[in-house]
Amino acid sequence: MIYLDSSATSFLKPPQVEEAVCKSFHTIGNAGRGAHAPTLSASRLIYDAREKLADLFHIADPSRVSFTCNATEALNIAIGALIHSGDHVVTTACEHNSVLRPLYRKEEEGVKLTILPADKKGRISYEKLAKSGQENTKAVVITHASNLTGNVTDLAKVSAFTRKRGILLIVDASQTAGTLPIDVEKMGIDVLCFTGHKGLLGPQGTGGVYIRKGLTAEPFKVGGSGNHSFDRKHPSDMPAALEAGTANGHGIAGLNAALDFLKETGVEAIYQKEDALARRFAQGVSQVRTVALYGDLEAKIRAPIVSLNINGMDSAVVSDILWEDYKICVRSGAHCAPLMHQALGTVEQGAVRFSFSYFNTEEEVDEAIRAVQEIAGDNVWPGYF
Amino acid sequence: MREKKKYMVISFHSTTEAMSFEKQCIGNGIPGRLIPIPREITAGCGLAWRIPVEEYPLCRQAIQERRMEYQDVVELML
Repeated sequence: MIYLDSSATSFLKPPQVEEAVCKSFHTIGNAGRGAHAPTLSASRLIYDAREKLADLFHIADPSRVSFTCNATEALNIAIGALIHSGDHVVTTACEHNSVLRPLYRKEEEGVKLTILPADKKGRISYEKLAKSGQENTKAVVITHASNLTGNVTDLAKVSAFTRKRGILLIVDASQTAGTLPIDVEKMGIDVLCFTGHKGLLGPQGTGGVYIRKGLTAEPFKVGGSGNHSFDRKHPSDMPAALEAGTANGHGIAGLNAALDFLKETGVEAIYQKEDALARRFAQGVSQVRTVALYGDLEAKIRAPIVSLNINGMDSAVVSDILWEDYKICVRSGAHCAPLMHQALGTVEQGAVRFSFSYFNTEEEVDEAIRAVQEIAGDNVWPGYF
Repeated sequence: MREKKKYMVISFHSTTEAMSFEKQCIGNGIPGRLIPIPREITAGCGLAWRIPVEEYPLCRQAIQERRMEYQDVVELML
């Protein structure tokens, strides 16, 4: 099997992640619930992971990172807590439904939305962004990279706008955390939403939200906190404010080990390898006459994602052939990115998304190129292969 | 290229419904398999159960007897 669906989840993980999860079943109790050895082990482990996340994203204070079960939950927390009726919000056509749907729900509650359009290559206009501010603009909510095209947002340009206006920059880093370097200070990120199971290489059910100092996010759920138990109100200090109930300790144990792997290997090295694999694949399939590629493939910095279609073939059929006949795992359909598909003109056809991991090989990429070539019916430019 | 064949394609209201359908098919020896939903049924994502037309009567009988839930059945060349 060739797994080329790492944008959905990092199926290929460093072995120490699994080992750490298994080990944690014998070592951790419930974090923050007492002082016996197992509970302290859990508290220490979770704090350790919090520190490593802070280190990875250049967050000065680890307590500003709350664990969530995924990026969707992080985005719901951030959007739910920081955007209110009467506010205006700027977002883009590149967004995943985990940004769009919480914002649409806010729209029903009286929030005004501006959705910046994308061109046929899935690019937004930073000039249009600079002109999108209104008197009541509260935030820009934007993805760091499109999960469909792999186009990366220039956050320096976005934060130049948000800083100038003194508004919030809320970033969806689902496709970039662990894959591209992120520095919340330098990039001017006020709120960073991320998942643990994609580029961070941890288990599903892990993720988090960073909320910069000075911002207060009202808890979206309240309950057990392990302290202040006689107060009627849930603690409002980070990270406890957003972490009611028992943490996913076993999952975070795996994430903690994955963060060690990222530190040892280096995000830059991971990016270089994944980028090279994605570009090799894009170059290979671009030689097939009937292949249409999406996104800004000439861009210098890209997430390791290549989406394509073959002639007028249904993307669902292509992905099914790739699995049935070649045992290649990819993602077809809409990728929860309806506005991006509208911009690309692929609403009906969907697209076949190939996404690459540090653990993929050039041989696997070449096999995928050959598979696309065969499915396309040998419509290859002469001289290739 | 693989040959196109005629299939009955059964769509579902949800992934949970698809999982239940598959489990019952496997448990009762009904042939077929889950595929990404073809665009002839709906644009976007989801799962469908694909079964060769000649084997569909067996599936239809199980659907009736076991009151298996699904959304729609269409005949498609895939």
